[in-house]
Amino acid sequence: MASTTEAPPRKNRVPRRPGDRIFAGVSTGSGVLILVALAGVAVFLVTEAWPALTAPAEDIPGGQGLVFYIWPLLFGTLISAVLALVIAVPLAVAIALFITYYAPRSIAKALGYIIDLLAAVPSIIFGLWGMNVLAPVTVDPASWASEYLGWIPFFAGPPSSTGRTMLVAIIVLAVMVLPIITAVVREAFMQTPQLHEEAALAIGATRWEMIRMAALPFGRSSIIGASMLGLGRALGETMAVAMVLSASAGGITFNLISSDNPPTIAANIALQFPEATGVGIHTLIASGLVLFAITLAVNMIARAVINRRKDFDGAN
Amino acid sequence: MSTSLTTPQQDPDLNTPLGGVSLTAGQLPRGAAPTTLVAAGLAGLLLWFLADWDIVPCALLAAAAYVVIIYTWSRAVEGPRKATDRFVTAAVSGAFLLALLPLVSVIFTVVSRGVVRFDSEFFTYSMVGVTSEGGGIYHAMMGTLIITGLATLISVPIGMLTAIYLVEYGRGKLAKAITFFVDVMTGIPSIVAGLFAYALFVMMFGPGVRMGMAGAVALSVLMIPTVVRSTEEMLKLVPNELREASYALAVPKWRTILKVVLPTALAGIATGVTLAIARVIGETAPLLVTAGLTDGDNFDPFDGRMTTLSVFSYYEYQSPGLFAEASFDRAWGAALVLIIIVMVLNLVARAISKLFAPKTR
Repeated sequence: MASTTEAPPRKNRVPRRPGDRIFAGVSTGSGVLILVALAGVAVFLVTEAWPALTAPAEDIPGGQGLVFYIWPLLFGTLISAVLALVIAVPLAVAIALFITYYAPRSIAKALGYIIDLLAAVPSIIFGLWGMNVLAPVTVDPASWASEYLGWIPFFAGPPSSTGRTMLVAIIVLAVMVLPIITAVVREAFMQTPQLHEEAALAIGATRWEMIRMAALPFGRSSIIGASMLGLGRALGETMAVAMVLSASAGGITFNLISSDNPPTIAANIALQFPEATGVGIHTLIASGLVLFAITLAVNMIARAVINRRKDFDGAN
Repeated sequence: MSTSLTTPQQDPDLNTPLGGVSLTAGQLPRGAAPTTLVAAGLAGLLLWFLADWDIVPCALLAAAAYVVIIYTWSRAVEGPRKATDRFVTAAVSGAFLLALLPLVSVIFTVVSRGVVRFDSEFFTYSMVGVTSEGGGIYHAMMGTLIITGLATLISVPIGMLTAIYLVEYGRGKLAKAITFFVDVMTGIPSIVAGLFAYALFVMMFGPGVRMGMAGAVALSVLMIPTVVRSTEEMLKLVPNELREASYALAVPKWRTILKVVLPTALAGIATGVTLAIARVIGETAPLLVTAGLTDGDNFDPFDGRMTTLSVFSYYEYQSPGLFAEASFDRAWGAALVLIIIVMVLNLVARAISKLFAPKTR
């Protein structure tokens, strides 16, 4: 190569060939492209949402302005996601513990694979299942709950006769985020230093005490980070909620079992978008922007928490 | 003779308690837990058959009975620490079984309701002119293949090159920023990705645009981070010795990456890409707002609406029309096709990583 022979005699420099330069440029470029795309998501959403932000309140669907349109949706999104997490996180930790510490070694791998498969099931199938199988099943327990547990605001009733309630949406969401949380937590448990576990067992700890002393402290930040990831998923889940929930706009209520439910942002977009026109489209995109901002914040916190654990790995 | 020095051989008597305390004192008899479990299960079955209760309260009652009995028994004999341990074991196993229930129920429902429409018409006809029974998903299957294929064509080069940048070139702030935002991108709600693609295409083609290409772009937004992550993991596994050996032979860096690093990691990358395809092929929400729905065949991603399996299934269920049963059957049929595709892709991914894994020695 001519370039190598003419290069000044600096021994420590590796010669830069044109092929190298092109390849490095292309791969750096695609990395930058991803950053640009993410910024583009924000920019395009803002430009398409702008007409709704500046439109007079009467033009927004509902006729009371953007804030009053989005607030019930936001409320529905938050309450469904948070309660789904309340169900899913303890179960996910239990499943991760079961697969890592309780299941026989020979089937533990297969069990992990089954949980991964659950993560791969498309959300539309959970929607169909929630509507057809889960919703009818909850009708009787819901009426029982409203009769005997009606003093809890969640079960105030009157119970829905179709079962397509917030409660079912929450359960479906919990089932859907379960595998994601389980996968991250299981990863952390598998990385628990074996010396810690053996040391705990050697001083006579029972299996549960070993888990409490060695595994749980080690996995704590992973559990928090995984929960945040699951929260991000549950906030953005669209089709399952859109199909399961028979939503009525404007109902801000903690009542989980009545037929009067606040919809979620994502489900509302999916339901309204195909028929929306004009300012309606811009309003929906504005609500999407709110959802984007919230999930972005949640995911950034989640990643920061998970990454922080990586930094402290050496100390263990 | 040294033998006379040793004391006479005596077998240790394991049966006589040492100091009056048996070695197994303070423990539940062997098989106590399974016996209790079986007893509780039988009691639950009896309630189900004889007292004619629902199966769910029976199962719950049996599980609760097992937990209470084993806990109190163990607490009386073994003490509170072991009792807590047994309680947690029961609770954790129970939670696992509880989580398996929805999976079993989902698969059972989809298969049993989906096979109704597994006939040849279903796979070879589109929905043109179908108002009652019959009709098929040929157009939806082709739409799914085209849109997912285009999304793969967009995401795989970008995703792989980004991963190569991160592993082979990336230093400093830019690499850190890309890693972080790729992680963040995995969490973008699919509907937001759809809105992004819609907004992008509105700027290029005017309002109300629906086309397959927009769907492919939306899916790429969801797919790229998965491809980057899995490729990055695989490239990191390639031993540094291979790179150094290549450099020592004066092979340029880009040729080293292309001829040494990538072939070594190829099986893992293929697995990751297959899993990424499996993840996006079932997406509904982004395609609902970008690709829309049409009854006929449309194989041109730049021209008008394009049906995919998931969107088809959604609309057949959401707006069934006059012949609701036929629509529902089509919806479940499409769902079953979708779930089969996803499962097959998952199995293919496992097979690739098993069969084509590089020989490390």
